[in-house]
Amino acid sequence: MVKMATSFGRSGLHDWVMQRISAVLLAAFTIYIFSFMLKNQSLTHDAWVVLFHNEFFRVLSIMTLVALVVHAWIGLWTVATDYIKSTGLRFVFQAGVMLFVLGDLIWGVRILWGL
Amino acid sequence: MNKKRPANIDVRTIIRTIKLPVTAIASLLHRITGIFLFLSIPMILWMLSNTLESSSGFVRVVEFASSGLGSLLVWGILSSLSYHLVAGIRHLGMDMGIGESLEVGSITSKLVIVIGVVSAIFWGVWIW
Repeated sequence: MVKMATSFGRSGLHDWVMQRISAVLLAAFTIYIFSFMLKNQSLTHDAWVVLFHNEFFRVLSIMTLVALVVHAWIGLWTVATDYIKSTGLRFVFQAGVMLFVLGDLIWGVRILWGL
Repeated sequence: MNKKRPANIDVRTIIRTIKLPVTAIASLLHRITGIFLFLSIPMILWMLSNTLESSSGFVRVVEFASSGLGSLLVWGILSSLSYHLVAGIRHLGMDMGIGESLEVGSITSKLVIVIGVVSAIFWGVWIW
């Protein structure tokens, strides 16, 4: 079990499921943002702020941010375990990924929370 | 562990001897775009923070996204995201048992790569 210390959850199955659930949320959000961008070719600051001032959209954005962090963590774990054979090096890499996504999460929540 | 399992082959031997099938190329691109998107999260958050903060911040991001390096990065993110999304949907399909066979898998790999290239061209036209 110690071998699994840098994975997101406690089992491979857990990570597998989380990777899919987060993927669905990320896909839905991405498609929505893409269509918003294409519908508003000359986007103004006002229209952009209005979008994020919607309570529902803001909560959804924070949920998507959490999904992104989980998805990135599991994704990079998957890639790292395939290519980095040295356990020590992989551990350092995974610790770096962990801190990176944690920083992203805190910064992103700070941006979106108090709007 | 199974004692009779095949011995590991040196990676360099594999690289020299095997050819990458289209399914492997699709998978590699999914990984590369994923790593690139992971690295670009801070830039996306910087843009989100500035665009929401004030109208002058919004202008700052628009100016950055219009610059040489900025527009290239934005194009890279949009193109990577489009490919990663489509390749991911293919993955979810296979999880549900759709397109798991080798023949269909090869076809959907090609399809995903073609859609990725087309969307990269589309975003290029959209930006420049």
